[in-house]
Amino acid sequence: MEKYILEMKNISKEFPGVKALDNVNFKVKEGEIHCLVGENGAGKSTLMKVLSGVYPYGTYTGDIVINGQVQKFTGIADSEQAGVAIIYQELALVPEMTVYDNIFLGHEIKKGIAIDENETIQKALEVMNKVGLKINPSMQIKDLGVGTQQLIEIAKALSKNVKLLILDEPTAALNEIDSQNLLKLIKELKKEGVTSIMISHKLKEVTSIADTITVLRDGKTICSMDATSQQITENEIIKHMVGREIDNIYPKREKIEPGEVVLEVRDWDVYDPNLGREILHKININVRKGEIVGISGLMGAGRTELAMSIFGNPKGYKIQGDLYVNGEKQSYNHPSQAVKAGIAYVTEDRKGNGLILIQDIKSNITLANLKALARFGVINENEEVKVANEYKQSVNIKAPSIEQIVGNLSGGNQQKVSICKSLFASPSILILDEPTRGIDVGAKYEIYTIMNRLVQEGMSIIMISSDLLEVIGMSDRIYVMAEGRVTGEIDAKDATEHNIMEMATI
Amino acid sequence: MTLYQEMKYLLRKNIREYGMYIALLAIVVAFGFTTQGLFTSPRNISTLLNQTGYIMVLAIGMTLVIVCQYIDLSVGYLAGFSGAIAAILMTQYGVSEWVVIPIVMVFGLAVGLINGFMIGKLGIPAYVVSLAGMFIWRGLLLMATEKTGTIIIPNAGFNAIGNGFIPDIDANKDLHILTLIIGAAGIVIYILSAIKGRQSKIKYGFEVISTPLFIVKLVFISLIIGIMSWIIADYNGLSWTVVICMVVLAVYHFITQKTTLGRHIYAAGGNRNAAELAGISVKKITYIIFASMGMLSAVAGILYTSRLQSATTTAGTMFELDAIASAFVGGASASGGSGKVTGSIVGALVMAALTNGMNLMGVGISYQYAIRGAVLVLAVFFDVTTRKKK
Repeated sequence: MEKYILEMKNISKEFPGVKALDNVNFKVKEGEIHCLVGENGAGKSTLMKVLSGVYPYGTYTGDIVINGQVQKFTGIADSEQAGVAIIYQELALVPEMTVYDNIFLGHEIKKGIAIDENETIQKALEVMNKVGLKINPSMQIKDLGVGTQQLIEIAKALSKNVKLLILDEPTAALNEIDSQNLLKLIKELKKEGVTSIMISHKLKEVTSIADTITVLRDGKTICSMDATSQQITENEIIKHMVGREIDNIYPKREKIEPGEVVLEVRDWDVYDPNLGREILHKININVRKGEIVGISGLMGAGRTELAMSIFGNPKGYKIQGDLYVNGEKQSYNHPSQAVKAGIAYVTEDRKGNGLILIQDIKSNITLANLKALARFGVINENEEVKVANEYKQSVNIKAPSIEQIVGNLSGGNQQKVSICKSLFASPSILILDEPTRGIDVGAKYEIYTIMNRLVQEGMSIIMISSDLLEVIGMSDRIYVMAEGRVTGEIDAKDATEHNIMEMATI
Repeated sequence: MTLYQEMKYLLRKNIREYGMYIALLAIVVAFGFTTQGLFTSPRNISTLLNQTGYIMVLAIGMTLVIVCQYIDLSVGYLAGFSGAIAAILMTQYGVSEWVVIPIVMVFGLAVGLINGFMIGKLGIPAYVVSLAGMFIWRGLLLMATEKTGTIIIPNAGFNAIGNGFIPDIDANKDLHILTLIIGAAGIVIYILSAIKGRQSKIKYGFEVISTPLFIVKLVFISLIIGIMSWIIADYNGLSWTVVICMVVLAVYHFITQKTTLGRHIYAAGGNRNAAELAGISVKKITYIIFASMGMLSAVAGILYTSRLQSATTTAGTMFELDAIASAFVGGASASGGSGKVTGSIVGALVMAALTNGMNLMGVGISYQYAIRGAVLVLAVFFDVTTRKKK
């Protein structure tokens, strides 16, 4: 009988309106590399947050057992004490501080009350050596590449005497060589007795490195496969990841013959000066009138970046390639120009980028096109109230009045406000980025109905979504993206979750 | 709903906005008692308003700056330096005051535009840009007044801005007749526009407050305008300072509450990313609010210099802090996106009334600072708690 370093038993975790984890069982053997896979929203990150104490004891049900002892973590400090270290997708390093300060941030080495700098550097060099980092520990994080930063994160974890290392998509931001090095390092750590849990979307990596593979779907454990005694194929994993019944939650739409091409990008290369790398490579896509075009792909594939680069480039990317809107070549350097040209963008991050939460429904809806309500710059407030009420009724925003502060609405209703805001600028091309993320099934259905109505009225929609069923159910045509490239284009009739997932995980 | 219930409901709903007005009224009444009516005497009220003019003007501009999540520390010495420029142009170059005033305002506007450019385009934090401005304008002010010391201004027209009153039609009466006429006109315009607004709402089929309450509101506000006019008319009438402040307030209130520009300013302050994605250029908004702040600093400088009838080496000291405090007391939020110019005016009046009232009571200056500090914290605490309840 093998020894389990970690057993998570019957873990359930609820957020308002959503059951994120539903009786999940997850067992990790001592000294193995355990890969956790699943679609976006399957519950992987939530499970790891429960494990690391981000969601403290009492906010979930079930037991966490480490080395045979039931743990009741009240915070990250507790889980670190127990030897659990988690490395998040977004690195948690302080850019302005040195490598050694970062490694010992939060558990500084002290002499008396002062930090013992020499000892810190000495110890930092030791752990850096373990991960094969040969740089000057006095360098600042901001001067280092992402791959190096990832290694520093691991060094930081090792400095805390980690027994169980959790890596959340460690290679998502890395190039091929850095990824290979990282995987090699994880294997070496295994030899030294460190157990690793790795969350990854890259199934090739998973099959090459894992000893055990656990698949989560919709907050449930689907299966746990032993990869040491038998070869698990990517196909098998995909089948478990998506294998659910298709319910009829997508309203029927009368397919109309799509019209002329209204938007097209050709050989679209996008370079992000902040990240210092190319994020999109030779993208070619087009959208026709009256069509819903789905853009599928996993997180980090570059879908939102593509939308942003088309929508007036507010992030200041460096772009090469051509954009055609209604047959004319365009080049935008501010969203206002895209709005004027009839493009609207509904952000995936409605709270951060979409809505002004402290303002009311009315002001949010009319914001993008106040000119339409104004004469000589003076707003006709009564007209504004009328318009806002019309929108509220037409998309069925559930709120006592349009004076309601948007921050107090539910996710689904906020999303409707966000869509109305874009519609008020009367666009001909609507880009919806994860339009149904984090909202309940009923509100989803309403949003699908709105989308169908809009295309029937002649609008074109680009829908970015991580939900495969949604993409297949709603789109006419689907582009699949992976690692900044378009890796496939399929007609929705021929699309299955399986073949999309295949294209998305190369 | 009975009239009483409706009033209670409206009061509770708008407690944050009404709170400041109620506080101001309470302060006025309290000082009226403690100073045996000296505080509320027409002469004192008139002086109080004229003394606060330049802070009110600065507070109006500062409101927009704070709404956009910026700060401007340079306004004090910029005002002081603008005043010195005006004084030098008039005394040493003999330029007419009517030419000097627009020149100085354009100067302020240009300085503000440069500030806006450094903040919006170059990305230097507003705190740093305006702190640097504070040093620079202070240095230049000292340089400008170094040789001459305080510059006495002989121009009667210029000095009237801070000290003069609007002319009267019939100088023989005890009361200032033109002021009363303006007050009456104000009441009529207010009533007519309120009725028109209400009718327009009814035409659209929107909910309006009940007729009796509407009448109560009309009478109440008309009474306040009437009483204020009467008090001011009792002592020399409207001053030019008050006229200027009212014009600036009216223009800025209109812009912020009724125009697309105003809405864009609040949107940029409430959520910068969302504003950008709605097609609003936050950069442009930044230029505009700092240019406006610079121009208003120049106006404040003119008001202050005119009030003293001279440009001094220390003009502008602490103006920026008074303006910022006024905006916060008046309900502007440090996290951006909310705050009204009318609120900031009330905030400025609250702070000025405290100083004035305590002076009349003979409270020492050291206590005054401490008390004003406490009031600032209390006001913002009130604002934060009522905001949470919503």
